[in-house]
Order: sequence, then structure tokens, then C-alpha cells
Amino acid sequence: MRKILITLLFALFGTTANADGHCSKPSGSINILANDFPALRTFVETAKGCKGSADFKVTHSSEHNKIAVPALTANPSEFSARIAANSSIVPLMNQDLIRPMDDLVKKYGKGIQDSQLITIDGKVMAVAFMANTQHLYYREDVLKELGIPVPKTYEEVVAASEKIRASGKMQHPYAAAYKAGWNLAEEFVNMFIGHGGEFFKAGTAEPNINNAKGVATLNMLKKLASLSNPDYLTHDSEAIKVEWESGKVALMTLWASRSGTLLDDEGDAKITAATKLTGPATVGGGNIPAATLWWDGFTLAKNRSDSDAEATFIALAHAASNKKMVADAADQAVWLVEGFVPGPKSIGVIEAVKMGAKPYPMLPQMGLMHGALGSEIVEFLQGKESAEQALKDVEAAYISKAKEQGFL
Amino acid sequence: MPNKTFFWFFLPTGLVMILFIGLPIISTGIQSFYAQHDQVVKEVKKCDPFGCTVSIVVDQEATSILRDEKPLGKFNGFGTYVDRNHLAIEQISDFWKETETFGEFINQVTNLPFYKALLFTLTYCLFVTPNVLLLGFIIALSLNAISRKIRGPLIFGTILPMIVTPLVGSLVLFWMIDAEGIIGANLQLMMEDPYLSLKSSRTLTWITIIIYGIWHHSPFAFVVFYAALQTVPQEPVEAAIIDGASRYQRIRHIVLPHIYPVVTFVALISLMDNFRVFEPIIGFSAEGSAQSLSWLIYDNLVNEEVILFGSAAATSMMTIIGIAILLAPVLIRTWKEFRTAR
Repeated sequence: MRKILITLLFALFGTTANADGHCSKPSGSINILANDFPALRTFVETAKGCKGSADFKVTHSSEHNKIAVPALTANPSEFSARIAANSSIVPLMNQDLIRPMDDLVKKYGKGIQDSQLITIDGKVMAVAFMANTQHLYYREDVLKELGIPVPKTYEEVVAASEKIRASGKMQHPYAAAYKAGWNLAEEFVNMFIGHGGEFFKAGTAEPNINNAKGVATLNMLKKLASLSNPDYLTHDSEAIKVEWESGKVALMTLWASRSGTLLDDEGDAKITAATKLTGPATVGGGNIPAATLWWDGFTLAKNRSDSDAEATFIALAHAASNKKMVADAADQAVWLVEGFVPGPKSIGVIEAVKMGAKPYPMLPQMGLMHGALGSEIVEFLQGKESAEQALKDVEAAYISKAKEQGFL
Repeated sequence: MPNKTFFWFFLPTGLVMILFIGLPIISTGIQSFYAQHDQVVKEVKKCDPFGCTVSIVVDQEATSILRDEKPLGKFNGFGTYVDRNHLAIEQISDFWKETETFGEFINQVTNLPFYKALLFTLTYCLFVTPNVLLLGFIIALSLNAISRKIRGPLIFGTILPMIVTPLVGSLVLFWMIDAEGIIGANLQLMMEDPYLSLKSSRTLTWITIIIYGIWHHSPFAFVVFYAALQTVPQEPVEAAIIDGASRYQRIRHIVLPHIYPVVTFVALISLMDNFRVFEPIIGFSAEGSAQSLSWLIYDNLVNEEVILFGSAAATSMMTIIGIAILLAPVLIRTWKEFRTAR
């Protein structure tokens, strides 16, 4: 019995390990820190298929941002690689915690396309494998029934939501991740960029949000919030996904990477069938979308031995150039890997790129601004203070933090 | 016990306390006087899948020279303590000059993060501590009067809130009071207001957290009071009954004076615990409406992508000072009693 089990296990793992051609069997120790959503799990699982004799460990956590800097600061670092994004690579760069991988790319990165390489000052610091953005989701049946065209701007989103509410079909027809903190700040960033705003005065770390564009951004956020579930300040992406699946929402701004779980077989088939995706909306007459483009890619820890870095790179590069993975998991993400054929679920990201969406600002002090936004604009949304006061508070909170961090 | 014996008994505990409590506090204190070095940034070309831009990064070579020279950072003295995100001395004096009425001044001050957090923390302490004492005492008295047969299961039921992990307890309640949850939805029905939300209104959030706090902490007070009630001598109580004292009079004049030291102890512990209120804020996702001092520290350490060690250390030190101030009256009183007792 035991023998059969072992043979079976070997057969299983054997097939995944040989699924793709190039994998130069590394040895050493591989330990990966990553966020927790389906596409990343697929990615890491594919990398595991090329672990060779190496010891392979992975930590998937939605709290990855909180662990990353302390874990990579230790020497030797707890993790040999960290799956990062535009924003989360910044603290790693600020603290000098990741290593350039030009020579590894040359040696083992055959299948990786040039467009996947994140280069900073001419050095490859990360290899991207998927793109992400927040865009609109809508309920085709509800919009059709009320004769509402698919909204292209946030003004139309507001009008459509008001119409749906007036029809009595839904009390709170709009949803977005407005949870106080990171999520809410991210919505502000999107909307502010949609209004054509720049977060800092050119070439400095001085804040630049207390202006007409900032006020317009806040007012739009408040209008949308008034059309959402009254508990919006406690709802993150997962919570609004649940709201959508319970059929209480007809318009929603959500990450592209969540479309897979939204459109899977679980839940009410009628809602799933009527769930449609479209590009991100513009706002205030602007022509670039009120959304930011994101990439997810892997970085290698600096405080780890060269041999571990090499082993980790081999395994992760195997996944980052894996045609079979992008074909099998085509609906989980918009892969940047060669051979990816975009399906209906990637429409949001593709539209965003077409419309000229800007990437999330990769600036050393942006994290501080994001943090200040997340806590200081809450009172405006609750109706406790004016937009000008809220923006003044954000700037003041940011300035004290930036001074402490030596940016100002 | 002779002082010498006491010293040897206390030595291991004392050493461990110095190592794991004393030294970290000192190190936190030192940390709070330092800020990061001035960041040396340079312009570089950045390329990603969406195109290339010229942008800035931290110049690692220049920074590492600075860091090697002074690993602790730039000496900032009380700079972090008085900045806007903490005591905000400058801002407060400005508000004093600018505002016309006192109410407006208070409004401005409680809009500052530290005072906002302090206000919630103190409110929480002031409402939770007395109610915990009162409720704990009432439960202990009632259970003490009940037949011994059913007392066991009842005691177990009563201390359940304390057994449940704070985070789990608050999460359960969090889902129940959601606008779609059992309590939230029923409240909306009862009040006939579809926009009513316990979680979006600041006052209602505060009330929810305070009620949760009372629910969670009462069992502790109950357990201690119940144990103390077992030590109340029966003779004076019986004598009082013969004298015709009512139940209230017996409690007021015999039981309470007897367990008084225990009441002080529970009050002390509750105050300390409540001043560090933290889990319910995370559990209820109440960051938007309620922030405590402990939450501020947490926020500085983890919520930003850049960790603010100086800020967190300064808030920690002020929390310690805050607890000391809050406990001072009780401690002084205990000390005085101890002196007179000798």
C-alpha cells in the first residue's frame, strides 16, 4: 500500500516537474514571500516544479507588506525571494535589501522577455510576470433592464447608480474597496491621477495635493461612497467581492486579479453569467483612466548567499517564462509572459493600457503619502470636516513623517 | 521574610524582568530621540513593462556611508515628540491663536492624530473600567448566592468571554453588526433606516467597542471578586443578619470593606489593560472611526510601507508615561495605606 502511494506521489510530482523544457535543476534553499491571490499561487506552484534538489518553502500572506522589510533586513535574510509590485519594491530599494540580477538573467533567463525586466539605473532589480489594475465590473442584466449604457466615466457611474437606486432594485448599487487605510488611499491615488494630479511638486518630496484637483477627487470619492453600502469604510476587496456575489451590487471597481474568483463556478450562476468586465472609468473630463497600472514581479534578497539566489532565480525564472502555465491559467491574470493569449477576463487591464493609464508612482516617499491619505481623509468621507481641511491634514501628516524619514 | 531571603527569591525574576522588559524600554526610549538620516536621492532611468521614466531613487552608496557613521540615525532630541503626529506643540499654539471659541479649539486639537487617539483611549478607559468592576462584582455576588449544584457550569459560562481570543470575539461581533449581518440588518428594520450603519458612525463604533470591552473584561473582575468573596468571614455577616441589617447594608458595611484591596487590584489591572486597547480596533476594522495609542504604534510600524521607528518609539514612551499618570492616584493611595498599616 505504502509503495503504491509513493509511486503515485512520484508520478504526480514527476509530471509537474517535467512540464516545461528549460529547468536547470538548482540546489540550495529557496524561500519565497508572496501576497495571497490565485495567480501568485499558480506562479509559485509552477516555480516549485523546477526546484531540483533545493529545499523549497513559500509563505503566502496578505500581510506580506508588514513582513517583508524586517524579514529581508536580517542577515541572512529569512526569504531568498519576495514577489513584489510597483509599490512594495520601493521600501526594498530604499533600504537596499534586494540584489541586481543582470548576470543571472544572462545565464538562466532565456525565456524571459526584455519587457518583463524592471530596470532601475540600468540594473535589473525585478522580473515582472503579471499586470494588474482596478477597473469597472457591471451587471449586464440590471443595466439592460433599466436602459443604462455601460458607464465610461465616474460621472456616468454616479448617474447610473442613482438611477438603479431610484428604481428600487438595489439600495447600495456601487462598491469599491474603501476600507480605511491602504485600500482607501489607493482609491484616492487612482482618482487623483484620473484628475491629472501630481502628488509632489516637480523634483522634490514636497506634497502637492491640497489643490482643486485634490478637492475634486475627494468630492467624487464621497459621491461614490454615498452610493455604497454604509459600512464601506470597513470593506476591502474581499468584502466587496462577497457583496457582489450576493447580488446586491451592480457596479464595482475592483482589481483585475480578482476577476477569476468572481467568474468561477461557485456562487449564483445567474449573477456570474451577468457579471461583465470593462475598462477603468475616466473622471472630470480627463482622458487618462482614474486607475493605476501595477506589475507583480519577483525580486531576490540581498542578504542571502549567492548560491541560494541562483537556485531561487532558476526556479522563479522557470515560472516567469512558462508558456504552459500562462496557457493553463490564462483566466487567472494578465500574464506578461510570452505565449499569453488574453481572454475575456483580461479586458480590464488591456483597456487600461490602451487608454494610457499611468503606472503607480514608484517614488521613495510615495509610501508615506499613501499612509497619510489612508487615515486622514476618513473624516471628510464621514462628513466631519471639509475637503480642504482633510487635504491640509494629509499634507501635514505626510510632512511630519517625511521629516522623520529624512525626505524633507 | 528577611530581606536577604526575599532578595534571593526575587533575583531570577528581577533579572528576567530587566532583560526582557527594562532593556527593551530603555532601547525604545533611546530610539525615540533619533530620526532617519537625510535621504540622498538621485535621478535615474526606470523601466517597467509600461515604459521608461526618469525618476528618483535613494542613493545607496551615499546613504550607507551616513549609516555606517551613525547607525542610530540623526539625533532629533524631542523633535519627534513635539511634531504634528505626536504632541503637536506648534500646531496647538497656532490653533489657540487662530480659533475664536474654545469648542472650535478643542475640535482642532482632537483632529490631530495623537490627541484623537488619546481621546478615544481615555474614553474607553473611563467607560469600561468602572462598568467592568460593577458588572464583575454583581455577577460574583449573584453567583455566590446560587445553589452550589449549578454554580460550576454557570461560572464556566460566565468566564467564556475571557476564554475566547479577543480577536475572534470581536470578529464574531463585527460580522453580526455588519449592515448585512443579523444585528445590523435587524437594527435597520427596527429603525426603518436602510442607511443606518453601526460601523460608519463614529459614536456608534465607539459604543460598540466599549460594550465589547465590558463584555470581554468583566469575567476577569468576576473571577477575582468571586475568589475574594469566599474569604469573607461568616460570623460578622450572621451577626449583622441578627441585628436586622438588609442585604444591601451587609454588602456595603461588611463585604465591601473586606474585599477592598482586591477591588483596588482589579481596578489597577483593568486600567492598565484598557489603556492599551488594541485588538477590538483591528477586529472591528474600526481604524476609520476609533484609534487608540496602541493602534498608532502599530500603524507606524506596519501600516506604512516605510517603517517609522522614531514615531513608534515616541508613542510607546508616551503610552508608558500615560499609564503611569493614570495609575498614580491608585498607587499613591495603596502606598499610604501600606504605610499606615505598618
